This record gives sequence, structure tokens and C-alpha cells, in this order.
Amino acid sequence: MFVLMLPVMYRVVLGPTALDRIVAINMIGTKTAVLLVVIGQFFDQAGMFVDFALAYALLNFVGSLAAARYFKRTRPIHHDLNPDSQPEPGAPAI
Amino acid sequence: MFEITISIISGALICGGLVFFLGAAVGLVRFPDFYTRMHSAGKGDTLSTIMILLGIALYQFHDLFREAHSLEEFFEHFKIELLVAIKVTAISVLIMLTSPTSTHALMEAGYDDGMEPFTCEDEDADENQNGKESAGQ
Repeated sequence: MFVLMLPVMYRVVLGPTALDRIVAINMIGTKTAVLLVVIGQFFDQAGMFVDFALAYALLNFVGSLAAARYFKRTRPIHHDLNPDSQPEPGAPAI
Repeated sequence: MFEITISIISGALICGGLVFFLGAAVGLVRFPDFYTRMHSAGKGDTLSTIMILLGIALYQFHDLFREAHSLEEFFEHFKIELLVAIKVTAISVLIMLTSPTSTHALMEAGYDDGMEPFTCEDEDADENQNGKESAGQ
């Protein structure tokens, strides 16, 4: 499972846009929660590690939602590709 | 017999989850644009997580019928294993709720951000470019 997390890490490092990186990091966070449960099973302390995994999954969800909100609020980063495009009239100035 | 059955079922669930995780990872690396990568990450990640966690939750009961000196001892073990299994199932339900939500939120953010979807014209352009490159070599 750790081996399968490496190609996702590749996308984190080389992602063409920031949102690609966030998606890959979200996936790695989910898999880390699962990996914590598996580690707890290995060491016969599943009761303790399961609580860690629960907290980690919650934090991961909150983090990705915060990132999504942040990218919705900032102005588009791709407008410089098309210099003719004007910002929409009435769009809130941020 | 009970132990072997539980081990086989949970092992099959975990292996199936790993297969879906492999698909999600390959899709995340190989797909051409943001939306298709999001598609593979959202679906494959959610399903593989749920399958692996359910397999582990089932595996908690694999030594339920081990040597117990009394009925109270049996129920003592059973309570602990049931608690852990319920917690693992709670994590899987939580991920089943939150992962599509965060995928949707990130997708909306990407759409508002002006991401262009990958279309047939892009594919043709890519093929032409690859053809030129291979011809150049």
C-alpha cells in the first residue's frame, strides 16, 4: 500500500496545477488513515490506532474543504493566458 | 473453520481494495487533465478505502472462538472486538460521506478557477505532436 502511494506522490510533486496537488494530497491523507488502522492491526493495538485514524480522516476532510474554499475565493490564475479577457462587470473585487 | 472463513473474506475485501487503489493511482498519474484525474481519485479512493476498512473490521473477529475459560471472558473479548470493529466501520462511513463532498468542492473550485476540460481537439493535437516527435527521432 505504501508502494502504491508513491505514484500519487509523483502527482503531488509534478502536478501541473495546484488543484491537482490538492487532490493527490487528499488521496494520500485518506490512505494514511487506512494505513494507521492496518498498523494498529499489526501491533495488536487496534483500539488505540483507530482513534488516531478517525481524527486524521476528519482533519483531512476539513483541510481539503478549506483549500477548495480558498481557490473559489481567489481570482482565476489562468487569466493571463488570455490577455483579451476582461473581468466580468459586477464581479466582486477581491 | 470460522477463523479460516473470516480470514478469507476479509483478505478478499482487502485485496479488492488494493486493486481499486492501484486503479486510482494509475488513473491519477496517467489521465490527461484535471477533471479526469479528479474522477479517478474520487471514485477509486472512496471505494478502495471502504473495502479495506470493512475487511479490517471483519478481521477483528478472527479469533473470537479461542480458548475462553468462562462465558464472561468470552463476552469480555467480544465487547472489545466489537468496539474496534464499530470504530473502523465508523471511519469507513465517515470517509464515504466526506470524500465525495471534498471531491465535489474541489471540482467546483477548479471550474470556477477556469480550468479547461480535455476535449477531442486536444487529443488530436497531442497525437499530431507525438507523431512529429517520433518522426523527428
